[in-house]
Amino acid sequence: MVATHRSRPLTLYRTMLNTFAILLLFQCLGEGIAFAFHLPIPGPVIGMLLLFAALAKSPRLMAIVEETGSALLRHLSLLFVPAGVGIMAAGASVSGHWLAVALALVGSTLLTLAVTALVMRAALAATRQDGPDA
Amino acid sequence: MPEFPQFVPALAPQFGRIWVYLAASPLLGLTLTLCAYAVAHAIYARCKFSPLANPVAIAIALIAAVLAMSGMSYHDYFAGAQFVHFLLGPATVAIAIPLARQLPRLRRWFVPLCCALAAGSVTAIVSAVAIMKVLGGTAQLIASAAPKSATTPIAMAVSEKLGGLPSLTAVLVISTGIFGAVSARLLFNAMRIDSHAVRGFALGVASHGIGTARALQVSAEMGAFAGLGMGLNGILTAVLAPWLVQHFFR
Repeated sequence: MVATHRSRPLTLYRTMLNTFAILLLFQCLGEGIAFAFHLPIPGPVIGMLLLFAALAKSPRLMAIVEETGSALLRHLSLLFVPAGVGIMAAGASVSGHWLAVALALVGSTLLTLAVTALVMRAALAATRQDGPDA
Repeated sequence: MPEFPQFVPALAPQFGRIWVYLAASPLLGLTLTLCAYAVAHAIYARCKFSPLANPVAIAIALIAAVLAMSGMSYHDYFAGAQFVHFLLGPATVAIAIPLARQLPRLRRWFVPLCCALAAGSVTAIVSAVAIMKVLGGTAQLIASAAPKSATTPIAMAVSEKLGGLPSLTAVLVISTGIFGAVSARLLFNAMRIDSHAVRGFALGVASHGIGTARALQVSAEMGAFAGLGMGLNGILTAVLAPWLVQHFFR
């Protein structure tokens, strides 16, 4: 009972709280910068870039956020559900052009996937640093 | 002011009254979101995590069905679901974690990644606009579709700037995300692209967060590159889409 502060559940709990504090702090920084400089980029994306820079500099910070952060990302899909329901429920009017919209969406998405992957593979092969398809 | 369910009370008066009571508090929306996702994830697991059983799409369909049958308004639902929605911000920030683990490779692959990003971003915008134009879409539809591969907040801002409908853009963005997450594996298998880094980066560029969520479920490496693709393409689309659409399609 005396040594519970060293037990694993408490440590896990503490890193969880610290991780959330750190993530929210970086989100605040990102939102603040986006607002101050009138950037069209969302605050969380700027926060992600800032945290990336901080993690690259500090392995200690990485040790704190790694476990909880990865757990949060494992169910990233869940977080898109509320907005998705709203968007589908709103059913914005495509006014008779639904076929054009559907074909543009399908065609453009497949083309984007293919072009990005092919260019990246070709560029990696051209620089030849990690074998043909590392 | 909460809207009261219309059909349920007629079916079962007692159950209906309890439902009305619960629907007035955020509890029901939050519970519904988590339960629908748990069911969707169980189906996804049952299908051996096949990309065709996309959990976002299944959960959205389940909740939309419950809302339609119970008459619960989206406004009431979101009063509870907003707590889940809020976590999207910190989760986006957390994508920096798998990304930082790939740092040595990001340094070595700087040029290939830049090439792939530029090609993918231009393809996403130009192909959407071109297909829409050939098939007779209106200027408003074209403007709404141009930023469809960017993450939702960026895409909606770009669409508004170009004279599109931000609400329509949001539908297109989510649909693009789900479609990319569902179709990527089949496409990459057919193209014989095996590298998780390449697959992930392409998925992030084409299908933003929903593609990244799928990539993270396949491997941390694929997720890291997808997160990178999503973030970079969001930024590049915010810069490129207005310029491309105004200079080449007006």
